[in-house]
Amino acid sequence: MSVLLRVRDLKTYFVTEHGKGTARAVDDVSFDLYPGETLGIVGESGCGKTVTSLSILRLVPEPPGHILPGSLIEFEGRNLLALSAPELRAVRGNQIAMIFQEPMTSLNPVFTVGDQIAEAAIIHQHLSRRAARVRAIEMLRLVGIPDPDERVDDYPHQLSGGMRQRVMIAMALICHPKVLIADEPTTALDVTIQAQILELLDRLQHELGMAVLLITHDLGVVAGHADRVVVMYAGRVVETATTEALFEHPTHPYTEGLLAAVPRIDAPRARLHAIPGQVPAATAWPPGCRFHPRCPYAWEKCVAQEPPLLETRNEAGHTARCWLVTEPERRAPKR
Amino acid sequence: MTAPGSLLVEVRDLVKHYPGERSWFGLGAPRAAVRAVDGVSFTIAPGRTLGLVGESGSGKTTVGRTMLRLQEPTSGKVLFEGNDVFGLDAARLRALRRKMQIVFQDPYSSLNPRMTVEETLREPLEIHRLNGAVSALLDEVGLDAAFAKRYPHELSGGQRQRVGIARALSVEPRFIVCDEPVSALDVSVQAQVLNLLADLQAKRRLTYLFIAHDLAVVRHIADDVAVMYLGKIVEHAPAAEIYAQPRHPYTTALLSAVPEPNPRASKQRIVLTGDMPSPAHPPPGCPFHPRCPHPKKSERCRTEPPPLRPITPGHLAACHYAEEPM
Repeated sequence: MSVLLRVRDLKTYFVTEHGKGTARAVDDVSFDLYPGETLGIVGESGCGKTVTSLSILRLVPEPPGHILPGSLIEFEGRNLLALSAPELRAVRGNQIAMIFQEPMTSLNPVFTVGDQIAEAAIIHQHLSRRAARVRAIEMLRLVGIPDPDERVDDYPHQLSGGMRQRVMIAMALICHPKVLIADEPTTALDVTIQAQILELLDRLQHELGMAVLLITHDLGVVAGHADRVVVMYAGRVVETATTEALFEHPTHPYTEGLLAAVPRIDAPRARLHAIPGQVPAATAWPPGCRFHPRCPYAWEKCVAQEPPLLETRNEAGHTARCWLVTEPERRAPKR
Repeated sequence: MTAPGSLLVEVRDLVKHYPGERSWFGLGAPRAAVRAVDGVSFTIAPGRTLGLVGESGSGKTTVGRTMLRLQEPTSGKVLFEGNDVFGLDAARLRALRRKMQIVFQDPYSSLNPRMTVEETLREPLEIHRLNGAVSALLDEVGLDAAFAKRYPHELSGGQRQRVGIARALSVEPRFIVCDEPVSALDVSVQAQVLNLLADLQAKRRLTYLFIAHDLAVVRHIADDVAVMYLGKIVEHAPAAEIYAQPRHPYTTALLSAVPEPNPRASKQRIVLTGDMPSPAHPPPGCPFHPRCPHPKKSERCRTEPPPLRPITPGHLAACHYAEEPM
C-alpha cells in the first residue's frame, strides 16, 4: 500500500529564554502513516509527541520554535514544509484535520458550535451559509449529539466536556479529511466519557475510511485502538511495531518499563514497577543512548554511542533503538 | 463490621450542599442547591486504605475536604479517634489537624512558589512547635538534601508531589487524605509515588483515604473501595471483592471502561450513554437510572431511591437488583 503521510528526519527545535540553550524537542523522527490505519504515538510528557503532531500541520509557533532544514513531511507526494501559506491552508482542516486534548480552550467561546463547525465547509468546500449549517447539523447527528437542530445554536459553555469533544470531532471531520491527528483526545475526560469518544472515533474512522494519528500517553488506549505504535522518548523514536508485537515483545527497555509501570485492573494488588529518575530536559539530552541513565541494562557502549533503530528478530518492521537487539544476552539486569 | 473501638475515622451521613446562586445578578429567585455530597457514611480502621472512586462531579473531593473541615459541612458527623471534628473550637481543631493531613492533586498549585522546599517543610513544624529535621523528611520521601534550597519551579511534577507528601508527613499525622495524588503524573513517575505512599504507610502505620478517578490505580493501594455517583456512595466493599464481583451497574461500567494495556483483551465493553446529571438536579429514584444499562431496570428504579444495603457480608450496594449483577 502506498504511504499517505511520510515523516522523515523531522527536527523541531525551540530556542529557550535565559540562554539555556536549544531544546531539541523533536530530534530526527521518522514514521509512515498508511491510508485507513491508526498509528499510535506514545510517550510521557516531554518526549516530543505533541510537537511532532503540531509540526505536521506547521502549527509550531515560530519563534521560538523552528523546523530544521532537511526535515520532510510528505502528504500524498507533496512536502508540506515547502508549501506556501495559501497552499498549506488548503490542506489544513481539509485533508488533514486535528483534534486537541482540551476542547474548552480549542473552541471559540463567542461563536455558536454550529458556526464553528460550518466554518471549514464554507472555506474549503465553498458551501453557502445555509448549506453549511445543514451540514453542521448532519455532523452533530453523526457524532451522536442529541437534538442536533437545537444544539447547533449552543455556545461551547452550554455543553459538557464530552459533548464539546464531540463538537471538536464534528468540526474536524466536516470536510472528510484523509488524516485525523488526535492529540490526547480523551485525556481530559472521565473514563466513561472516554469510552464513548473512543468508540465514536473507531466508528467514524470505519465509516469515513480516514487514517488516524493517535497521540497519547495511555498504553491502554493504544492497545485497544491502534494498529501500529511508535514509542517516543527524549525527542527520538525508540521503538516501532504492530500493536500486538509491541505488547507481546516490548524490546526497548523504556517500552518494557512503561508497560510494567501501568497499574492493571486485572492484576492483584502488588508493588508497581517504577522507572527510576525522570525524563531529562530537552536542552540537555544525555550522551549516547538517551535512556541510559534510567536503564537497568545499560553498559559502557550505551553511554558512548547512541544506537540506531535496529530491526528486531520478532517480525518485519519491529524496530528498537537499543544495543540489546545486537547483544540480547545482556538483558539480565545487574543489581 | 469492625468494633467501634478499633476505628480511626468514622463518617456518618455527611452532607454538603452549596446554595444555588441567584439569577439576574443576585436579584432573581435562587437556583437549586448543588448537592455535592448527599448522605455519605463510611469508616476506616487504623492502618487501612479506603479508596474513594468516582468521576468528576461525584463529590469525592468534597468528602475529603469536608472531613478535614477545610470546608464546613451542611450536616453529618465525622469522628476522628472518637472526637467530633465538626464540634471542635479553633484551638482544638488545630491540634487535631496535626493528626489529619492532606496531599493535593496538583503539585504545581499546592506549593507556594515563593518558598523554598525547606521553608515549605519548616512552616508546619513551627506552627505545631515540633522539632523535626527537614533533611530527614526529604530523605524519607526519596529526595536528596540538596533539594531543600530549591523553589517549586525548579522541580519536576514527581519531585513536587514528593515535597507535598513530605509536608503532610512533617507533623507526624496518623491519617492522610490523598486527593488524586498521582493523576497529574506520568506513568513511570506515578508508579514511583504510589510505591512511596505504600512504603510510608507500612513504616509509619498511616491510614489513608485515597481519592481517585482511576480504578486501576486504586487497585494497587486500597484495602477497601467505595464508589461515588452524584454525591452518594453506590457501592462499598473489600477491594478484591469489588473488582471480582461488582454489584452496582455503575461500578461494572466503570471497570469495563478502563482501557487495558493488552491488545488481546476481548472484553465486552459497556459504554454508558449520556453524561452524569447535574448534582443540582439529581434524577428522582435511583440517581443512576437514566444511564443504567442493567437489563432489569424498571419503574421502581425511576421512583424509589435504592438504599445502600449489605448484599453479602461487608459488601454494600445501592441497587434494587444487586443480587443479580450484570
